[in-house]
Amino acid sequence: MSAAVEEVVTEGQAVEAVPKRAMTLGAGTSLVVLALLVFTPFVVKNFIIFQMTQVLIYALAVLALNILTGGSGQFSLGQSAFYAIGAYTSAILMEHFNVNYALTLPIAGVLCFGAGFLFGQPALRLSGVYLALATFALATAMPQLLKLGYFEHWTGGVQGLVVTKPDAPFGLPMSQDVWLYYFTLVISIAIYVFSVNLLRSRSGRAFMAIRDNEIAASAMGVNVSLYKTLAFGVSAGITGVAGGLGAIAVQFVAPDSYTINFAIALFLGMVVGGVGWLPGSIVGAAFIIFVPNIAESISKGLSGAVFGVLLFLVIFLIPHGARQIAIVGQQLAARVRR
Amino acid sequence: MLSKGLRTAALAAAAIVCASSGAIAQKKYDTGASDTEIRIGNIMPYSGPASAYGVIGKTEQAYFDKINAEGGINGRKIKFVSYDDGYSPPKAVEQARKLVESDEVLVVFNSLGTPSNSAIQKYLNAKKVPQLFVATGATKWNDPKDFPWTMGWQPSYQSEAHIYAKYLLKEKPDAKIGVLFQNDDFGKDYLKGLKDGLGAKASMIVSEESYETSEPSIDGHIVKLKATGADVFISITTPKFAAQAIKKLAEIDWHPLHIVSNVSASVGGVIKPAGFENSQGILSAAYAKDGADPQWDNDPGMKKFLDFLAKYYPEGNRLDGSVVFGYGVAQTLVKVLQMSGDDLTRENVMKQAASLKDFEPDTLLPGIKINTSPTDFAPIEQLQMMRFKGEKWDLFGDIISGELSN
Repeated sequence: MSAAVEEVVTEGQAVEAVPKRAMTLGAGTSLVVLALLVFTPFVVKNFIIFQMTQVLIYALAVLALNILTGGSGQFSLGQSAFYAIGAYTSAILMEHFNVNYALTLPIAGVLCFGAGFLFGQPALRLSGVYLALATFALATAMPQLLKLGYFEHWTGGVQGLVVTKPDAPFGLPMSQDVWLYYFTLVISIAIYVFSVNLLRSRSGRAFMAIRDNEIAASAMGVNVSLYKTLAFGVSAGITGVAGGLGAIAVQFVAPDSYTINFAIALFLGMVVGGVGWLPGSIVGAAFIIFVPNIAESISKGLSGAVFGVLLFLVIFLIPHGARQIAIVGQQLAARVRR
Repeated sequence: MLSKGLRTAALAAAAIVCASSGAIAQKKYDTGASDTEIRIGNIMPYSGPASAYGVIGKTEQAYFDKINAEGGINGRKIKFVSYDDGYSPPKAVEQARKLVESDEVLVVFNSLGTPSNSAIQKYLNAKKVPQLFVATGATKWNDPKDFPWTMGWQPSYQSEAHIYAKYLLKEKPDAKIGVLFQNDDFGKDYLKGLKDGLGAKASMIVSEESYETSEPSIDGHIVKLKATGADVFISITTPKFAAQAIKKLAEIDWHPLHIVSNVSASVGGVIKPAGFENSQGILSAAYAKDGADPQWDNDPGMKKFLDFLAKYYPEGNRLDGSVVFGYGVAQTLVKVLQMSGDDLTRENVMKQAASLKDFEPDTLLPGIKINTSPTDFAPIEQLQMMRFKGEKWDLFGDIISGELSN
C-alpha cells in the first residue's frame, strides 16, 4: 500500500475534498471549547446539563456519520439503525443481565462495528444515491424488527424497556445528571481524539483517497473494498456507543425512538456542522436539538414550517455549515493579528 | 440502585415540602402554584406521525382560556405550557424535564401517546410530579402501587375489549371470531383484553391477523380472515384502516358480525368515507357523545360544549373526536383543581384526583361517571354498546363496566 496517497486530489467527486489539516481545530480553540464543556455544569440547571449530555451524544452520532461521509465519501441514511442496535444492546445488558452500564458501551460498540462491517459488504456494490437508498431501507426496517414477537422477550416489544439511571460512583457528591454528563464528556473526547488520529493515520489517508477518486486510490494499491467496509464498521461502532449512551441518558428505549426521522436528523446535523469537519459535529448536534425548540417557540402550529425556513436559511447563507463560519473567523483573527 | 435513588429523591422532595409549608399557615403551595397562578404542563405531538392528535392540546388551551376569562380557579389563573414531542420518546423526556425543571409546572397533564408516557413515567414518579390523566388507553397506567403519581383517563383498551367479549359470550356464544389488529401497543393491549374477557372460551378466536401501519392496504388480511370461516369480525384498527376494512368487507360480500374499536367509531372520520350503505349494523362502544350525532343537539352538556367552541375555539371541528376528548379531560382537571382548594401541593392534587365521585363531564354519555379511589386509578371504566343505523350510531343496552377485576 502506498503512503503517498495524501497528495492526490481530483475533481468531480460526490463529497467535497477537505484537506486533512482543515478537519480539526487549532490547539487554542480546542482548549477554550474544552474548558467551556468542563465548567458549564457548575453554573446551569440540571435540565440544561441533561440537554448538553444529549448534544454530546448526538454529536458522537454525527461524528460517526462524518467519518463515513466526510472521510470515505459514502452516504448513509441508516445510522438510526446502528444507534438503535447500540441502545438496545446497552438496555438489554443492563436490565436483563445486570451488566454495569460502563461495560455495556464497548460491547455495544463492538457489536455495531460487526453489524456495520457486514452491512458494508453488500453496500460495496452501490455508491452515491443508491447506497443512500440501501441504508434508508435499513433505517425503515429497524423499528419493525425491534417489534418482532421473536425478540419481544428481550426488547419488550412495542412497550420498550425502561433503563435505570446510574448513580455517581465512589460516593462523589454530584447528581446523576452531572455524573452522566462528565461520563459522556470523557467518552466523547476519547472518541473525538481517536477519530482525528484515525483520519490522520494511514487508514484515514486511504479513506480520503477513496473519497477523492476510487480508481486512482486502487491504482496506488489501496484495498478499496476493505477500507470502504472498514469505514462503515468504524462509523457504525461509534454510533453504537452513542446509542448506548443515549439509552442510559434517556432511561428508555422503544422502537419509535429510532425511526427514519432520526437518521435524517443526524444527516442534517452533519451538513449543518460541515461535511468532513469533525468539530462541526457538536454544532450540528446542537442544531438538531435546539432549533426545533426555537421553531416551536415561534409558532406551535407551524413549527415544522418554521424549522424548514430556518434550515433553508442556514443552507442558503452558509452552505458549508459551521466550518465556513470557523474559516471566516480564522481569517478575521489572522487579519487582526497583522 | 433504584430504591436508593428513589429514596434520595423522596427525601429531597420531603425536605422541600417541609420548608415551604412552614412559611404559610393556611395556603399550601408546591412549585408551580401561587396566589395568582397554577402552571400546568403538557406534551403533545404537534408535529410528526401522530400530529392529528395535536388538536387535543389546542382544545385544552382554549378551555383553560375560558376558565381564566370566567375568573380562574378559586381566583387563580391557569397557565398552560404545552410542548411538542413529535411522538418521539427521547424528545418527550427532554420536554418533560423542561416542564418540571425549567418551567416548574405543578403537574404534567394529559401528555399523549403510550411510548412517550412510558418514557417519562419513571422520571415523573421519582420527582413526585403528578402525571395526570395521560392521553393513552394502555392498561398499565392504573397501577397506583408502583406508580402512585401516574393516572389515566379514558377507558383502557382492555376494558373496552372486555365489553365486546361480554357481549359475544351472551349474544353469540358459538361465534367463530376473526381478529384484525394493528401490530403495536394499541393492538396488542386490545387483543389481550379480548382474550382475558373470553376467558376459558378464548378458543372462539379462530384466526388473528396483524398489520403494520406502513402497509398501504389491508385487503389481503381480510380475504384470509374470510377464508377461515369466521362469523364475527373484530377490527382493532386505527381510522384509515377501519374504513378500508369496512369497504373491503362489502366488496367481497362478507357479512359477519362486525365490531369496530372505539378509536375508529367516528362517523365523520371512518363511517362516512367508507360509505353509510356498507356500515349498517356495525357494532362498537362509546363513552363520549359524538359531535356529529344530531341526537345530542338539545343535550344541555353538549350545548355548553358547542357554546365553548363558538366563543373560545371557533376553528375547532365539532365532528373531530379529539376536540370532544380535549374538552372532557380539561374539564376533569379543572374539577380536580377546584377540589384541591387552597392546598395546591402535588400530593393533594394527586389525592383529589384519586377521590373523584360520580363526576360527569359535559361530553360523556349520560350515565357514564368518573370514579377514582386510592386503589383505582382508572377514571372512566364504563362504556355503552352501539349499533350503526341509517347515518348515526344507536346506543343500546345498559352502560357496561369493563372493570378488569370482573
